[in-house]
Amino acid sequence: MPAFVLLTVLTAIRILSRNRLRAGLTMLGIIIGVGAVIAMVSIGEGAKAAVAQRVASMGTNVIIVLPGSTTAGGVRGGQGGAVTLTMSDGLDLKKRIPLLRDTGWAKRDVMQIVNGNKNWNGPVNGISPSYLTIRDWSFASGGPFTQQDVDAAARVALLGQTMVGNLFDAGEEPVGAMIRIKNVPFRVVGVLAPKGQSAQGSDQDDIIFIPFSTAERKVFGTQFLGSVGALFASTERVEDLGPAVDQIRETLRLRHRLQSEQEDDFTIRTQVDIGKVQEGTSETMTVLLFAVASISLLVGGIGIMNILLVSVTERTREIGVRMAVGAKRRHIVMQFLIEAMTLSVVGGCLGILFGVLGARLTTVIAGWPTIISGNTVATAFVFSVAVGLFFGLYPANKASRLNPIDALRYE
Amino acid sequence: MPPLIRCEDLWKIYALGDVEVQALRGLNLSIERGEFVAIMGSSGSGKSTLMNILGCLDQPTRGRYWLNGIEVAALRADQLADLRNQQIGFVFQSFNLIPRTSALENAQLPLFYRGLPLREQRALAMTALGRVGLQGRERHYPTQLSGGQQQRVAIARALVTSPSLLLADEPTGNLDTTSSREIMTILDRLNKEQGITIMLVTHEAEIAAYAERKVVIQDGRVLTDRRTRPGLSLSPTEV
Repeated sequence: MPAFVLLTVLTAIRILSRNRLRAGLTMLGIIIGVGAVIAMVSIGEGAKAAVAQRVASMGTNVIIVLPGSTTAGGVRGGQGGAVTLTMSDGLDLKKRIPLLRDTGWAKRDVMQIVNGNKNWNGPVNGISPSYLTIRDWSFASGGPFTQQDVDAAARVALLGQTMVGNLFDAGEEPVGAMIRIKNVPFRVVGVLAPKGQSAQGSDQDDIIFIPFSTAERKVFGTQFLGSVGALFASTERVEDLGPAVDQIRETLRLRHRLQSEQEDDFTIRTQVDIGKVQEGTSETMTVLLFAVASISLLVGGIGIMNILLVSVTERTREIGVRMAVGAKRRHIVMQFLIEAMTLSVVGGCLGILFGVLGARLTTVIAGWPTIISGNTVATAFVFSVAVGLFFGLYPANKASRLNPIDALRYE
Repeated sequence: MPPLIRCEDLWKIYALGDVEVQALRGLNLSIERGEFVAIMGSSGSGKSTLMNILGCLDQPTRGRYWLNGIEVAALRADQLADLRNQQIGFVFQSFNLIPRTSALENAQLPLFYRGLPLREQRALAMTALGRVGLQGRERHYPTQLSGGQQQRVAIARALVTSPSLLLADEPTGNLDTTSSREIMTILDRLNKEQGITIMLVTHEAEIAAYAERKVVIQDGRVLTDRRTRPGLSLSPTEV
């Protein structure tokens, strides 16, 4: 039997190479199908990894609490419009909920920032020192400000990479430099390591951090002392996020004296929720990809079936001769199945080759990240074998059911 | 020992649309090992149907057929394939070589389906090609061979399994006189020297004259069955 299979494969390759144009055109469907799938999956995986990295850049097990909207005479403000969250909410949450590793808060505003003859309009965030650890910010140079800086409302600032690029010349050392935010002088004490794009696509490095107290008293000019733009918290383990969210909601409702029929005056989101939104997008991509792959493999398979049916007709006499000298039905079935699978496997391999090249080209030309996983390639290969097997079955069966006498006399 | 071929009351009835065609009507025939038999008859006499049944390509509607003591009518398709592979060699009018496949591979074909190791297949096919005088042409494709040579490849393919019966259906029908004589000489020699039983269907008296026994079929029955040249091995041109 192994000798039979080996010889049949060799025969199939010879028969197909005899008619290269026809074999090539037959394989085209599979080549394009598999190639497109490989290229698109690679791009999709690359995009997914990039998104996952952005979600991860938020920090570790982060919970964000945003203030709710205001309602004034039936007119509702947008999310975060109300000043319902305060520093003391943040402090109290940490005290009451042991699941929380830390809590922090921030308040942001866009301001004009000046360094020497350069200036830039960018977001200024007043933060608690814990904010930096919750969001996993690390330092390129210098270091964070201290609790003493916060207590003293010191005029110290931390700069993101984009901000540094816009305010300083290349090679100029920002740490120790004096900059002005809304005409208030600040000393730069640290430069943050780059974080890249956020999950929403904004540049996280275009930022200045200053102590929350300084922002409140010396820069922003707050109406309600202690009100924050957002509260941040983190948990030790990812499984704790759910219970922590419930406990935060309960605590905040109590603190805000909300009746049971009243809606929350805040919104809680976790890193996991944000990640899920992104996953949903990539799931849609996967479904589309699957549809494209199925259709192209179907078309490719029908091409193979078609050419095999032609081949069975062309070689009717040959089939008759083979039967006359002792070929059984299964021998004839095997012969045509192996031919179909040779077509689809060679087509599949060429498709994989083109797909990988296409993905590489996309990275080189468009600069999109692509990931070619062994899994994808293996799946594509298995699918092309399966297509050959499935679409070869009908012609092979048809050939094997020929009556040897009729086949021998076929003109 | 039973005869190589024994047919008892063979009937073959085809339904062509509404019309029923009786190709064989109670044919009886018995052939011993080592015989060289010519089957003759006009077209429509049923000789092709008989050859198909004797060659285990077809089954009779009624009646019994023993090949080498095996009752063929009881066999399934796969068993018939085995029987064809082991007991019978076919030579056709139109050679029926597999196109674009070398002489050697054509001669190997029956052994391929027998599942012999490749090396053994090659060796046996080489020997068979040698026996029909085609040494040195093993790598030739059918298109590179003359009609006579192609038919010799077909004979080598029929011989390679050392069958007990060689069925030749008008083997010289597509050949010129010289090639026909070559082919008949080879068949004659195989019969005389190797003792292979040969059944030959032909229209031509000259070709039939090589055989020792001439069976004429008419209307699906044996009309005459005569032993023409018992033991004689001279070709007609030499008579």
